[in-house]
Amino acid sequence: MRPEQGTLISRAQAMEALLELLTDQPVIICNGFPSREAHKIADRPTHFYMIGSMGNASAIALGVALAKPNKQVITFDGDGNVLMGMGTLATVGALKPKNFIHVVFDNEVYGTTGNQPTISNVVPLEKVAKSAGYVNVERVLDRDDLVYEFKDMLKKDGPSMLLIKVNEFVEDAGRVLHDPPDITRRFMKAIEE
Amino acid sequence: MIESDVFVQTMQDMGVNFFTGVPDSILGGIIAELMNRRLYTPAVREDEAVGMAAGAYMAGKTPAVLMQNSGLGTSLNALISLNMIYQQPCVLIVSWRGQGGKDAPEHLVMGEVMPQLLDTVKIPHRTLTEKTVIEDFRWIAETFMKQRIPVALFITKGVVKGLHP
Repeated sequence: MRPEQGTLISRAQAMEALLELLTDQPVIICNGFPSREAHKIADRPTHFYMIGSMGNASAIALGVALAKPNKQVITFDGDGNVLMGMGTLATVGALKPKNFIHVVFDNEVYGTTGNQPTISNVVPLEKVAKSAGYVNVERVLDRDDLVYEFKDMLKKDGPSMLLIKVNEFVEDAGRVLHDPPDITRRFMKAIEE
Repeated sequence: MIESDVFVQTMQDMGVNFFTGVPDSILGGIIAELMNRRLYTPAVREDEAVGMAAGAYMAGKTPAVLMQNSGLGTSLNALISLNMIYQQPCVLIVSWRGQGGKDAPEHLVMGEVMPQLLDTVKIPHRTLTEKTVIEDFRWIAETFMKQRIPVALFITKGVVKGLHP
């Protein structure tokens, strides 16, 4: 058990707090438990739930953000995903899309495959993002701080990263029920305007 | 030899309006022309480029991804677990390094197996030639719209004008 374990909230609790602050912004949610939990907490057409292509959530969000510069685009990502697609931190940092908010739920494990450790306990991903060129980065541990910082990021020009240290608890959430092609069509229609 | 500006203009006339990728020498002329036209968003890995293209597609763009065929290996999981199952099309402009066994050693295996590899994962492909260029582009546009999956156009050395004549 990590020293701060007892004080940490779960990813689902953090996600619920963030989703309360969002309305119609596109949200790209990485594969594994995060998509299942988001789907259970609030199933919105503006959610793009991933079931594969690990490491690419932020790249997909970047594509949406570049194509829709007037929409704030949110990524719900995990530490394993960010480590796998770490190059995208550099691409985002170099391109500097103002409408890009990268939320990382950092539980220091590959939760979906049985809690094998990642290396985010020794690699501070928000510092990597900052060095790569993200404009705003914050690392938070509790609900009050995450709500405060996320509200602030929604008002600021990005790219921004909010890294939330969470515990390993997994919400009892089933698989995402929509077929992948339906997720694509629903998401496209929802962000069309 | 097809001029790079004609190639890019033909892509644009087809409606392609989002270009990303990772460079290859064979694609150097095309990428230079795309950069002149401020149409190119550089990626650091081919799977990232494929992801960006998927996001751009869902946001209303018609995307193309340029890569060396080694990048097919790097991006294979994104192509099959994102584009194929979510029905997100993109045009893959892939340089055919190692074709006919005449290239640096690192290109030889992919150069030999590339068409069969794409057949296996059911990504339609075609090789661009100067004689069939109109049919080639028409085929891409039709396949792209009909199947809503990635479609690959192979570019062999000397078919499109590069940076060095």
